[in-house]
Amino acid sequence: MSVENVIEVRGLRNQFGDHVVHDNLDLDLHRGEILGVVGGSGTGKSVLLRSIVGLITPAAGEIRVLGQDIRKLSGAARESVERRWGVNFQDGALFSALTVRENVEVPLRAVPGLSERDRRMLAGLKISMAGLPVNANEKYPSDLSGGMRKRAGLARALALDPEIVFLDEPTAGLDPIGADAFDRLILALRDALNLSVFLVTHDLDTLHTCCDRIAVLAEKRVLATGTLAEMLQVEHPWVHEYFTGPRARAAMTSDSGGAL
Amino acid sequence: MLPEQAPEQIDVGAVSRLDTAGAWYLARAQKAGSRITGLSHAHDQLLKTVEQSIPEPEPPSPDLPFWRQFLEYAGRRTVKSLGYYRELADCLGRFLAACLRVIRRPSLFRLTSVVHHCQETGLRAVPIVFLMSFLIGVVLAFQGAAQLSRFGAEIFVVDLIAIAVLRELGILLTAIVVAGRTASALTASIGSMKMREEIDAMRTFGMDPDLVLTLPRVLALIVTLPILGLLADVAGLVGGAIMSWITLGVSPPMFMVRLAEIDVSHVIVGLSKAPIFALIIGIIGVNAGMHVGKDAESLGQMTSSSVVNAIFAVIIADAMFSIFFQVVGL
Repeated sequence: MSVENVIEVRGLRNQFGDHVVHDNLDLDLHRGEILGVVGGSGTGKSVLLRSIVGLITPAAGEIRVLGQDIRKLSGAARESVERRWGVNFQDGALFSALTVRENVEVPLRAVPGLSERDRRMLAGLKISMAGLPVNANEKYPSDLSGGMRKRAGLARALALDPEIVFLDEPTAGLDPIGADAFDRLILALRDALNLSVFLVTHDLDTLHTCCDRIAVLAEKRVLATGTLAEMLQVEHPWVHEYFTGPRARAAMTSDSGGAL
Repeated sequence: MLPEQAPEQIDVGAVSRLDTAGAWYLARAQKAGSRITGLSHAHDQLLKTVEQSIPEPEPPSPDLPFWRQFLEYAGRRTVKSLGYYRELADCLGRFLAACLRVIRRPSLFRLTSVVHHCQETGLRAVPIVFLMSFLIGVVLAFQGAAQLSRFGAEIFVVDLIAIAVLRELGILLTAIVVAGRTASALTASIGSMKMREEIDAMRTFGMDPDLVLTLPRVLALIVTLPILGLLADVAGLVGGAIMSWITLGVSPPMFMVRLAEIDVSHVIVGLSKAPIFALIIGIIGVNAGMHVGKDAESLGQMTSSSVVNAIFAVIIADAMFSIFFQVVGL
């Protein structure tokens, strides 16, 4: 069975001044999978995410999203690709002057012919799908906890039923129960909406619970990709340390029926 | 869009891609009595997920009659503004308590900090206060001369300038400028510390924010505003004297002679207001800073409201002073 790649990154190079973040980086995201992107601090996980969604213009390389080179797209063609992905930033990046519901309505406003009543109700549905209670609808982002802001950000990212969702450290700063609930939410939404998920994370539990494949960023490129079990076979010292350290062992043994 | 009457049967066998909006439509139709046929397994899953997450409609809030809404709004605003006075009283009380504690234990006093804030709020405000007051003196002389020369009473322009500048304008305008400059700076500096939990961190070290933050800032204002007021008085008189000389030919020595006959009580009245204005500006600025929330938006909101409140309060206080001095006959 052939796999369809929704994202194909080839030969990506990113640099700021003399500082080269990525050099000759290749990465694929298959349709319907959850890809965990890991790497030490400063290896450019967020830079990679930002260059794929076009917030950073890379120095060289090709980035194909849903079969189209996003660097060559402009205007309406670009917008139509942008509507097919959703991005959830680290702290939700909600518009602070709008309520949660209004935040989710922002991308829905671009849909022609959607009545205001339907828009409000659809926004309410997305918020509820992201696991927020009904009374969160009319709250402002400053009134929400960190976990709720992340959920609200996810609701906004999902507003237009995207095919690809980018999540930047979705479980960072959440308590273990909240992080676990978020992991399950991502899995459930992936199954229900057939999402492809690009997940930047440091959370070994998330990698273990959610991710179908893992991509390790090191030495300015994607050093290795594969399942968690395959990662254990990689000889590179950082990868070895990351996946066999004490925290990793705890994450993998916590679930007896796990992937190992 | 959903028709009024739900169709009896909806066949989705030919649908290849179903999004949540579509599933939501189907779920509502199903609830209204339609039969959905031809669902693929994946679409069935999606429909079930959406069905489960359709939020319970909120109970509609009872619509109050207009007069009750109005009363409720007025009541809320009244309680809120009374609460604001309470906050100010609280802040003033803390400041006075901090003063007393410093008097009892002078080792708690942070002289360096006071000097620093004197420089920030005092020294750096000198150019703008001086220029503003100088120009006010010029304008008063110019306008006064135009009117007084019609009665041949040009020489009284000295009285006009002296009384207006020394008694009211010098100190009031200085206070307004300082309220704009310093109240906002106080709110912004304390508010950004509040926002980043620096003030809470301070408390955990046993440092009292009243002693460390409030006292030096407000004290520096109380020390510098009278000095700035005095400078403004001088600048206003100099501006007035120069303009009188140019337009009316009142020479500086003559101006001085005339000035010496002005009652000194005007200067006392003017400058005695300065410490009170300083206290008002300082307390309003610090209090607003202490009530900044966790986001940058509330910082901006508090900063602008502290400037507006400080200027407003200074003008109100000036009006009350003028009644007071009228009654006591100064």
